[in-house]
Amino acid sequence: MSDPRPAAAVSPALVEVRGLRTTLGGKVIFDGVDLDIPRGKVAAIMGPSGTGKTTLLRHITGQLAPDAGKIVVDGKNVPSLSRNELFDLREKIGFLFQNSALLTDFTVFENVAFPLRQHMKLPEDLVRNIVLTKLQAVGLRGAAELMPSELSGGMARRVALARAIVRDPMLILYDEPFVGLDPIALNQVLRLIRTLNDTLGITSVLVAHEFAAVSRVADVVYLIAGGKVAASGTPADLARGDSPWTRQFFGGEADGPVPFQYPARDYAQDLGFPASTR
Amino acid sequence: MSSVLDPKKPTTPAPSRGELSSLGDSIAQVGACALFLLAILAAVPKSLRYIKETIRQIWFTGAMSLVIIMTCGLFVGMVLGLQLYYVLSIFGGTAALGTVVSLSLYRELGPVVTALLFAGRAGTSITAEIGLMRATDQIAAMEMMAVDPMAYVAAPRFIAGVIAMPLLACVFNMLGIFGAHLVGVSWLGLDNGTFWSNMTSSVDVWKDVVNGVWKSCAFGAVVALIAVFQGYTTPPTSEGVAYATTRTVVFSSIVVLALDFVMTAFLM
Repeated sequence: MSDPRPAAAVSPALVEVRGLRTTLGGKVIFDGVDLDIPRGKVAAIMGPSGTGKTTLLRHITGQLAPDAGKIVVDGKNVPSLSRNELFDLREKIGFLFQNSALLTDFTVFENVAFPLRQHMKLPEDLVRNIVLTKLQAVGLRGAAELMPSELSGGMARRVALARAIVRDPMLILYDEPFVGLDPIALNQVLRLIRTLNDTLGITSVLVAHEFAAVSRVADVVYLIAGGKVAASGTPADLARGDSPWTRQFFGGEADGPVPFQYPARDYAQDLGFPASTR
Repeated sequence: MSSVLDPKKPTTPAPSRGELSSLGDSIAQVGACALFLLAILAAVPKSLRYIKETIRQIWFTGAMSLVIIMTCGLFVGMVLGLQLYYVLSIFGGTAALGTVVSLSLYRELGPVVTALLFAGRAGTSITAEIGLMRATDQIAAMEMMAVDPMAYVAAPRFIAGVIAMPLLACVFNMLGIFGAHLVGVSWLGLDNGTFWSNMTSSVDVWKDVVNGVWKSCAFGAVVALIAVFQGYTTPPTSEGVAYATTRTVVFSSIVVLALDFVMTAFLM
């Protein structure tokens, strides 16, 4: 448990992070993070809010450069890539945004077709078939002609998921994929993530809070807290784990290594009482 | 600013300062805008792939501005007709009305007033549109789909501004001359033949008409650049977008009028 790299990482890793250090707005986000996302597996990144899980995804896709450290994706060190090389790499990565980020001027169909149209010269009926297949997989084939403004949050998320997988990328990054899904949709999305992984060998990285959902789909879980990988292993390992981090996080306790309270002045003083009466 | 040019920097720009607080900030903004122009120009070859998007933007910024441009052109021409008829009648020179109206429109009023109207009509909507795309992560989503937003979003709107503005200015001039004719000839009773013949004999295509077209090309570039830049660098908040649209109009107007003076001095 003290070794941040799990035993599952014997196969060469698709994503390798070494000595990652990041400071954003004067706040230390990562202070020496090492982790491996094994090829063809589903890895989950978990951790308390504000520990930089989304930031980690932005590092992996080159949207944000770290202060120090290496992030190797498919053999390429992301921070040292040129803009064109970065775009070449991103063509092979699917990204599900936390807020879906659908293009509001296009229909659902055109949103999902967008990556296909931009990068491949495919005949129109093939584009149609691919898009409808992906929409069927997320249960929204019937919504193809709707505009994004007509969708609920959960539906928009599933459209964004269809868009992320439309080109069958080698790596899919999911930023909070389970938020806003009802139990039926959640089940289907979990099954979809697993199927993509099993049938196409797609590597997936999930950022999520829901341990119950994660434990059904993930092969490897990394718990990030305090700027470091606090624990890692299979979901079962973590559930059994006895490190204070895992106990607090999975037990949902307010007391522990992760403070529930955002750093603040003394409570009594803030309310105007003399500090000694506390 | 580096955030705009460099994909490795955060895609969300630095938090809003609201208004520009100091001279240093203003200079930094001008420099950032100049760098942004270079980035747009560099993205123009790539944006040729999105020619349909460029055409859509020409339609949106050009064709959709026609009503306001034509209405304003007509009224500006009618006012010019009235005012200049009055002034010229003092010197007994009302026969020169067509000449004076068309020269002032071609050389000055056409390009400048069109640019100011364009900033209000098309510039603000460009800024608000891009600002909202930024706030809802659509720009970041394009980046993640390996579609360069500089080529897909910024460059088409810039090109559309450069193409649409001279066309709009020509329409403005046409309606302006028509308005002056309406007032001068149909209402105040000037001779129709004198109005047109004096105009055609003293307006030079290259010195007057084409110079005006150059001006409006430059104004189109400046207004579109400012609009796209403000939208692209706006903080992703409702207040940020509000400030950005205001700044688009304010900065566009100032720069257009200043540039007009410089260009007039050089094109004289």
